[in-house]
Amino acid sequence: MHTLKSPFFWIVLIVLSALAALPVLTNSTAMREDMFLILMLMILASSINIIMGYTGYVSFGHIVFFGLGGYVAFFLTREFQVHFVLAALVGGICASTIAFLIGLPVLRLRGAYFALATIGINEAFRAFFTNFEPWGGSVGMFFNIAVYDAYGGAKNAGQLAYYAMVGLALVTVATSFLIKKSRFGLGLMAIREDQDAAMVLGVHPARYKVITYTISAFFPAMAGAIFFFKNGLIEPGPAFELHRSIEALVMVMLGGYGTVTGPIVGAIVYERLRGFLITDPTLSNAHLVIAGVMLLLIVLFMTAGVVGWVRQRVPALRRYLE
Amino acid sequence: MNTNDAVILRVENVSKRFGGLLALDRVTLSVKQGEIFGIIGPNGAGKTTLFNVINGVYPPTEGRIFFRGEDVTNLPPYELARRGLARTFQVVRPLGELTVRENVIAGACFGREHLPLEKAERIADEMIEFVGLGARKEMLASKLNVAQKKRLELARALAARPIVLLLDEVLAGLNPHEISDMLTVIRQIREQGITILMIEHLMHAIMNLSDRVFVLDYGAQIAEGTPQEVSNNPRVIEAYLGDPDVARRFLEGTV
Repeated sequence: MHTLKSPFFWIVLIVLSALAALPVLTNSTAMREDMFLILMLMILASSINIIMGYTGYVSFGHIVFFGLGGYVAFFLTREFQVHFVLAALVGGICASTIAFLIGLPVLRLRGAYFALATIGINEAFRAFFTNFEPWGGSVGMFFNIAVYDAYGGAKNAGQLAYYAMVGLALVTVATSFLIKKSRFGLGLMAIREDQDAAMVLGVHPARYKVITYTISAFFPAMAGAIFFFKNGLIEPGPAFELHRSIEALVMVMLGGYGTVTGPIVGAIVYERLRGFLITDPTLSNAHLVIAGVMLLLIVLFMTAGVVGWVRQRVPALRRYLE
Repeated sequence: MNTNDAVILRVENVSKRFGGLLALDRVTLSVKQGEIFGIIGPNGAGKTTLFNVINGVYPPTEGRIFFRGEDVTNLPPYELARRGLARTFQVVRPLGELTVRENVIAGACFGREHLPLEKAERIADEMIEFVGLGARKEMLASKLNVAQKKRLELARALAARPIVLLLDEVLAGLNPHEISDMLTVIRQIREQGITILMIEHLMHAIMNLSDRVFVLDYGAQIAEGTPQEVSNNPRVIEAYLGDPDVARRFLEGTV
């Protein structure tokens, strides 16, 4: 495992931990809320990057796993008082199982057809949960405030949820790193570059893609579970919100498609920018427009994203900067 | 010439039909261990289709293929790669956004020996030196010129440690100097004991290199034998040019 010997791997994890520790050390709730959101988006973007950046399959509707994990975990905690971390794990496993089953047929599609299919899957699940009365239908489900008593009250539960999100972000980034630097990851990138050539080299594309899709569904599902646990309320709209998927794609493109640190940089920059726009009275309604324009500019002029651009400009860094 | 006569690859009565087009018409051939087996034929004769059928890109419409005694007829390409069949493409297919080194490592990782990364890296470095791309190891594959891309394909195929190597026009598009370098490389590969099947348009090259030559025309075999026999075969001459005299000079490589 030479990834574990790579200093850059540890630097990334340490910097990330330090950032995550800031709100705790300064005891700032506002900063913690910001950071919670950034970490969540980082998890989403990194997961999309595994299937999109490494493998070349644009999973437009990846948010479906966020919603699925959220719903399953929320239900378990609400009905059976299952500890939220355990519930999140179960949510992750459910989402991965569904990804595995959907992946078998859907990953045969190439290019735009795959992207469209993933949107369809997200919309189908949203419609299902909107009509699934046992789980609240269109109104969704909410926690009785007593649910948080087991975690020392709502305030404390929020803190615990934050720690869980930090842990999950670290695991997600580490996984992304390990995949990128492994033989498996090389197989994925071979598929991305030329699936038919990869197959002749000895890569089993169908197997590789399904495994990857399954992994990439796990982390958003757990993030959804933690997010809605803290939120105390889950509804089909916010759970399967397509524009969050699109924003995560923008983050991947902005930071650098196919790099490990790209989605991290992308999530931070995008979220800071959005925070600024939303609080500005004249621009607050325009943040999605700006996201769209940004995506357009990146696709046209900076296809490699921030991290990719640095890698291209400074080839000496290519060995270290992933 | 290798004296070991064991058949390593056998194609038996293989046909391939695309809609109304019969691209391969009951082709039968046997390749012996350690030889260089040349495949020639006019454009559109079905040479690349034959390669695609042998390495599992297309299943044959009928017929069987045996590799080292095993029936591999409907196996997908990655299964054949694992068994020791590697190939290069007529139209080069580098993994463009990966470096030269990563391309070759992929060859070693997923090929016959299915090596873990560290070992694959060592073999990749060896192969890159062998084909003379050492100075361009860290370059993106898409940035190479055609001759370098051909060498890359060769290194990638060799890194898989194949038993049989299919070379699809590795000389096309190279200048005379690059061709003579490549011929040296191919001879060295054969000396390592790897059996080579090669498709080539450059007659003097294939006539010089091959132990046996197989001629396809309109998907069917029209001749097989030593380069000498084939170049004197009237059917080959006719298929190529129609004019026996010009054709003979062409096949002997004096044109």
